[in-house]
Amino acid sequence: MRRVVITGTGMVSPLGCGTEVSWSRLLAGGNAARKVTEFEVEDLPAKIACRIPFGDGSDGTFNADDWMEPKEQRKVDPFIVYAMAAADMALADSGWKPETDEDQIATGVLIGSGIGGLEGIVDGGYTLRDKGPRRLSPFFIPGRLINLASGQVSIRHKLRGPNHSVVTACSTGAHAIGDASRLIALGDADVMVAGGTESPICRISLAGFAACKALSTQHNDNPQKASRPYDADRDGFVMGEGAGIVILEELEHAKARGAKIYAEVVGYGLSGDAFHITAPSEDGDGAYRCMQMALKRAGLTAADVDYINAHGTSTMADTIELGAVERLVGDSASRISMSSTKSAIGHLLGAAGAVEAIFSTLAIRDNIAPPTLNLDNPSVETRIDLVPHVAREREIDVALSNSFGFGGTNASLVLRRYRGD
Amino acid sequence: MSDIAERVKKIVIDHLGVDAEKVSEGASFIDDLGADSLDTVELVMAFEEEFGVEIPDDAADSILTVGDAVKFIEKAQA
Repeated sequence: MRRVVITGTGMVSPLGCGTEVSWSRLLAGGNAARKVTEFEVEDLPAKIACRIPFGDGSDGTFNADDWMEPKEQRKVDPFIVYAMAAADMALADSGWKPETDEDQIATGVLIGSGIGGLEGIVDGGYTLRDKGPRRLSPFFIPGRLINLASGQVSIRHKLRGPNHSVVTACSTGAHAIGDASRLIALGDADVMVAGGTESPICRISLAGFAACKALSTQHNDNPQKASRPYDADRDGFVMGEGAGIVILEELEHAKARGAKIYAEVVGYGLSGDAFHITAPSEDGDGAYRCMQMALKRAGLTAADVDYINAHGTSTMADTIELGAVERLVGDSASRISMSSTKSAIGHLLGAAGAVEAIFSTLAIRDNIAPPTLNLDNPSVETRIDLVPHVAREREIDVALSNSFGFGGTNASLVLRRYRGD
Repeated sequence: MSDIAERVKKIVIDHLGVDAEKVSEGASFIDDLGADSLDTVELVMAFEEEFGVEIPDDAADSILTVGDAVKFIEKAQA
């Protein structure tokens, strides 16, 4: 199979608009959690979230008008706007601007979302009920469909290759990058714009995730303490929002145009728990097999892994993942650093796997493991370094990024430093 | 310009994000103002809402310019 490298990244995260601003704030211990003030939360069990810093576009704030005309924004849910922004950034970063027929046809898009335009669907439901079918906007459907993130990005940049999307809950972003890499490896495309996007922070979503007992509800008065993976006082995840997009490129294609290469996508694993709709299998079997498959594909062993970006949502499942990792790495546990960046940005659901794959890529580039915030009192003992509180400078050549989703859907990506060989 | 024409013009400016001076009576939504077929559906819905009139699909198909819309609404409200 052909080799695939990452040649561009783009991100809208709760820590900022842009990859580098998000990354530098992450390493500095930034924490995006706050009380939700944009809509009524007093009757909701979870009143906090990691929101994007909205603003005029300066100082890392996100100004939607910089990325999509207001009249176009009105027609879509925010997950599409975030994807457009992150894709613009990633393409600009990579320097890839396909203009010939051949280049446009060789470039595809694979952007997923966990739940797409949920808020817009709710509003459309109210319109139908209160005003009747003739008042439903012609943009109601195309503004909410998950694959319209891929569609809109392809239209703007004239990317005429494979146009695809993924919906695998919280594994979406990782699956999108893994599947898009496969399309390149198999020769169906030379370049793919891939990742995940999500805009879930609205009343029905906070209420729904709380109803299935997934959200933190005990730290509403102290939001920055709420996302605390592996800590004894964790009680659920904190919802985040945003998008992460990478430019994946066939190695020789990237070299031929002198592109900057961040890292190589060397491994991808997928598995199913076949256990429960929202809980992972207690023995961590799905997670274990997923990581194992990714390493096998990479031609690496657990002893080669330097850094793991954990799924680590700050739920009871954290220790199940940790157990699966310990089983995987065995005696190598003491040389591995593993952190959950969800402690800083919350859980971006369908965008999480993509944003975290970018963080893993930058961990390789800069030889530094981002921290796990709020890890004051680990609930279990482990020889693995969970990078509590502060980032750790260390050699990182191989990073593994885990994502696990409702439905028992698991994805692991293995990224490796590219040394020009 | 009549009150109806002013209100139609404002809706067109808001929905299509175009400059006011482009929205002349003869301006075609699609050919001159950059609308696509879905935009025109939404425009017609906005006219219905603003003026409290019903614009049947076959009538909507013949509303191609700002002037067409003004004429239809003036007639419907007469």
